[in-house]
Amino acid sequence: MQRKSIGNILLLVLTLCVACMWAFPIYWAVVTSIKPEQEVVTKTTFIPDVFNFSAYYFALFETNLAAWYVNSLVTSIGVTVIVILISVMCAYALSQIVFAGRRLLYGIILASFMVPSQALVVSQFVLMYRFGLINTWGGIILPQLIIPVVVIVYKQFFDSVPKELREAAKLDGCGDFQILFRLYLPLNWGITTALAIITYIMAWNAFLWPFLVTNSEDMMTVTVGITQVDDAFGVKYARDMAVAILAAMPVAVAYLLFQKRVTQALMLSSGIKG
Amino acid sequence: MTEQRRSKTLTVVLMIAPFVITYLTVFAYPVYKMFALSFTDAPLIGEGRWIGFDNYIKLLNQKLFFTSVWNTGYFVLLTVVPNTLIGLGLALMVVRLKGWLQSLILVLFFLPYILPVSVVTQIWQWVLDQQFGIAQYAIEFFTGKRISVFRDPIWAMPMVALVTVWWTNGFNLLLFIAGLRNIPADYYEAAALDGATRWQCFRRITWPLIWPVTALVLTLQLILQLKIFDQVYLMTEGGPFNSTYVLLQLVYREAFRLNHGGLGSAVAVFLFLIIVTVSVLQYQLLRVRGR
Repeated sequence: MQRKSIGNILLLVLTLCVACMWAFPIYWAVVTSIKPEQEVVTKTTFIPDVFNFSAYYFALFETNLAAWYVNSLVTSIGVTVIVILISVMCAYALSQIVFAGRRLLYGIILASFMVPSQALVVSQFVLMYRFGLINTWGGIILPQLIIPVVVIVYKQFFDSVPKELREAAKLDGCGDFQILFRLYLPLNWGITTALAIITYIMAWNAFLWPFLVTNSEDMMTVTVGITQVDDAFGVKYARDMAVAILAAMPVAVAYLLFQKRVTQALMLSSGIKG
Repeated sequence: MTEQRRSKTLTVVLMIAPFVITYLTVFAYPVYKMFALSFTDAPLIGEGRWIGFDNYIKLLNQKLFFTSVWNTGYFVLLTVVPNTLIGLGLALMVVRLKGWLQSLILVLFFLPYILPVSVVTQIWQWVLDQQFGIAQYAIEFFTGKRISVFRDPIWAMPMVALVTVWWTNGFNLLLFIAGLRNIPADYYEAAALDGATRWQCFRRITWPLIWPVTALVLTLQLILQLKIFDQVYLMTEGGPFNSTYVLLQLVYREAFRLNHGGLGSAVAVFLFLIIVTVSVLQYQLLRVRGR
């Protein structure tokens, strides 16, 4: 018994060490960002001598970060709202209404899992160009709207709502839209927030597509924009780290606030019930 | 009766139309268009002539294509199995902890996963910076000299792989933890009564029961890592000497840099077919597991 607890303590210490090493690059980025540029390259200090926020001042006021934030916020919220809305309606119809072609549609959506959206960038770019949407919010949003897994998760959840609820509501004279938005959606509020948060994080973090569809610096999203900063100003690590931290903030905060929901959504989307 | 049927039809149409129209426009049509373009000599924007399989033949004669295929494979090799094993190892460590300590440690491991790729690459460029990077202490210790890892053809790809494992491992960890929590505690209690060692417990109980999750993680990783682009582009731009050039980057180069929409699409079709094949295999594998 004695030996076992020593083993446990050793394992705990090992786990803590590995976890600290794992998170160290993030800590190092934070520490670097609050050092004066001079100190960054002259000595290796794990806790800065003085707290210096000039890098943040630079990031906020002397780059296009504000515009990139607006672009990222508008496009990721846009993607999230539209994805949830169109997917939930489609899923409700697939789950609750019998209509011709229902199984075919569901099969097609399931099969879409296999299509790597990255392979579609050339033809999507051509399409957005024809629509005149290069360098616009619409151009960033549109190709990100199809996330088959959201439809599938919703359908599974709607399938498990007792049929009697819908029948009772029908007898009371409710239409299907009312039943969906006043009954089924509130019943599945938890899964809706989970899917919305994960969609938002994915849209905020998207790189390849926003990178291709925007070339004017004013229209870039944060993820794309921050890669332009050092080109323009030379390598300044405190500044780079401050910019990076500000860029990650909206998703880091969303994750820390909604940890359970994020993990639940990830489990569901990989096919493991959360 | 017909009135009712008509209103039902209208409801269905209104409900599925937004999704179906979006799907057809920005998803199904681009899939079709990708194939169509790959048989033409079209520039990025504008019409092209039908040239049959010329683009594909051109690819087979292009050295960079084989380099990209090779590098993509190399990257997959460097990431998929290590990422899975590290995920399992970390999960075995974390799952033993209790309460707030477990939550805290889990956050430390998971946080990189939610960072945007450009933030991840910026952090690692700083950590690995040849002159001032803190990781150079370790590199100097093992190799005796500082190395500009992203400018060294031997180091570049393994380093991109390392950063990728760091970045994406949180998700694998999560799946493994869920899998481990699903193993009934009585199994371990029974084994403890029989005096089983830790290793025997792992070998006889944990490993067989966690295998389905392991298979899932392996295949998800395989599909994910075949699509690598962002990290490579941001850290090395495919260099040095094309040692990190990957397939998706070839799509980008042909279509967006050299204005060869047709040839770029041909590369995209190639990548598409590989991933569909792997996905079908994965589906079969997981279905076997499900029965």
